[in-house]
Amino acid sequence: MSDDLIIGNKRFKSRFILGSGKFSLEMTEKVIRNGGVEIATLAVRRVNKGGRENILDYMPEGITLLPNTSGARNAEEALTIARLARELGCGDMIKIEIVRDTRYLLPDNEETIKAIGLLADDGFTALPYMMPDLTAARKMEKAGAAAIMPLAAPIGSNRGLLTKDFISMIIGETDLPVIVDAGIGRPSQACEAMEMGCAAVMANTAVATASDVGAMASAFRMAIEAGRTAYLAGLGRVLSGRGEASSPLTGFLGE
Amino acid sequence: MKMSGAWCDACDMYPYMEDIGTDILDKVMEAGKEFDPGSYCENDVRRAISAERPGPEDFAALLSPAAPPLLEDIAERARKVTRDHFGNSVGMFTPLYTSNYCENQCRYCGFSCKNSIARARLTPEEIEKEMESIAATGLTDILLLTGESRKYSDLEYIGMCVSKAAKYFSSIGIEVYPLNSDDYGYLHRCGADYVTVFQETYDPETYARYHPGGPKRVMSYRFNAQERALMGGMRGAGFAALLGLRDDWRKDAFCCGMHAYFIQRKYPHAEIAFSLPRLRPFSGHKEDDVKVSERDLLQTAMAYRLFMPFASETISTRESPVFRDGIVNICATKISAGSSVEIGGHSDVADKGDGQFELSDTRSVEEVREALVKLGLQPVFNDYVRSDR
Repeated sequence: MSDDLIIGNKRFKSRFILGSGKFSLEMTEKVIRNGGVEIATLAVRRVNKGGRENILDYMPEGITLLPNTSGARNAEEALTIARLARELGCGDMIKIEIVRDTRYLLPDNEETIKAIGLLADDGFTALPYMMPDLTAARKMEKAGAAAIMPLAAPIGSNRGLLTKDFISMIIGETDLPVIVDAGIGRPSQACEAMEMGCAAVMANTAVATASDVGAMASAFRMAIEAGRTAYLAGLGRVLSGRGEASSPLTGFLGE
Repeated sequence: MKMSGAWCDACDMYPYMEDIGTDILDKVMEAGKEFDPGSYCENDVRRAISAERPGPEDFAALLSPAAPPLLEDIAERARKVTRDHFGNSVGMFTPLYTSNYCENQCRYCGFSCKNSIARARLTPEEIEKEMESIAATGLTDILLLTGESRKYSDLEYIGMCVSKAAKYFSSIGIEVYPLNSDDYGYLHRCGADYVTVFQETYDPETYARYHPGGPKRVMSYRFNAQERALMGGMRGAGFAALLGLRDDWRKDAFCCGMHAYFIQRKYPHAEIAFSLPRLRPFSGHKEDDVKVSERDLLQTAMAYRLFMPFASETISTRESPVFRDGIVNICATKISAGSSVEIGGHSDVADKGDGQFELSDTRSVEEVREALVKLGLQPVFNDYVRSDR
């Protein structure tokens, strides 16, 4: 049985989405190869078409680009940037990032919900980066999102699954793929997210700030695969601390 | 004359100066008064280095005389924080001086109207030529500067410069005299997004001493420029104290950080930037006036970094290549290249006006790019998309 990641009308084998923009461009191809990555995100603002150090020039053939709207402060700006991404040949998949907070770069769920409507109407496959809030996730699904991308911790913080319980609620309540976006700091945390039932994990800083960027990409690939396999296998039950009584309480029942 | 319990302007506001009724100057002055650099010990600094979210007290400790013995530890932490937030990216830009006419008399500045230097103002055609020549280097981020003259570089002139720049560059910053919020709104619509205003010093007495005449003498109007710029729709605000003016540079560095801190709290979407100037030789300046060492400057830059990990930090061309490469490897995130501080210096257009100060780093765009790559850093030529106009 195939176990593809399905986003909109596209299918992927890899469940490791790689961020870019935090390590040297010349490393891009190696990191993508080691990570078995099929989807790479990039900030539209970083694209320097026809110019120097253009990130698009470093993306290997066959990779699916997931441009983000970094720099957008409201829904209208997100739409403008998404259209620019399309003009630049980045395709129709867009990660919505709307931020009105420069300190923690936390997403504005309200504006993001609005943006999903605008983008979906314009033919985009919209993937919203969001603060894990179930109510907002439901509204995003209704507005036409193709996946939900809750943050695990503040972006770039490498702090892991701080919002685990809330992400887990969204996984339980939506039919869309849930992709953990931001905050994952180590492969073990990526693995845990996948065990929970996340459809994919996105990482950037965790890989970019490693001493050996290429090796860390491999480690993430393996961790994500392990987590996915464990999820599909069905995790074994966890005993709740005290063990189980050898004589069951209900043993007195005769029939 | 504008004043409060904590500060007082040296002269009346000019009639055209907008009063936005903000309390940030009060807050900064009060915080500044409480800052006692001598009251911190090694432990305070260590706590600041390891703090999850360093607050104003940690920032103060990092600027104090207790910090220099731990400079290497601070550097390690600052480097990590920078990498977490910016990866290994370093933005490249260049300044373009379009006019050096000035109506202020700043005692430390080559542009002072009391100095007899060659004055010039670029014509629209000359500006176009300068911009073409900068754009040819591959840069897409430009900082437009003028001397502070409402007569020779009026709003319309600055707007013309910005509109022209919008044809060649994606990110446009301006460093001009302080304006009213509507004026900033106009320049934003022309294409500018970032406004930097050097406060020079945050001590009213020192400020009055170094600024004996001209509109710059009104300290509060200058201080509130960043807030007016954000009210006018600008995306980012840049801050700087010219270290070395005040007897104790630590106090100005502290006030500058607090200025940015209070602005960020009030305008959480604002992109915050710091510049790191210190007094350097200029015409008529005595060498023994230099009071702020490279070590002091680095300490300041790292304190800003830990206090505001997300802020952009620009290092001046007034510093040497060795120092600039060193600091960009720790905490600076933007570096100018191919700089010229002379009017018309990028393309050698006619009637060159004199520069504001002496350059220490005269490397070309290509040379700076190569230096960054050698350090394992990623030079970034474009990091901005104009999305709100």
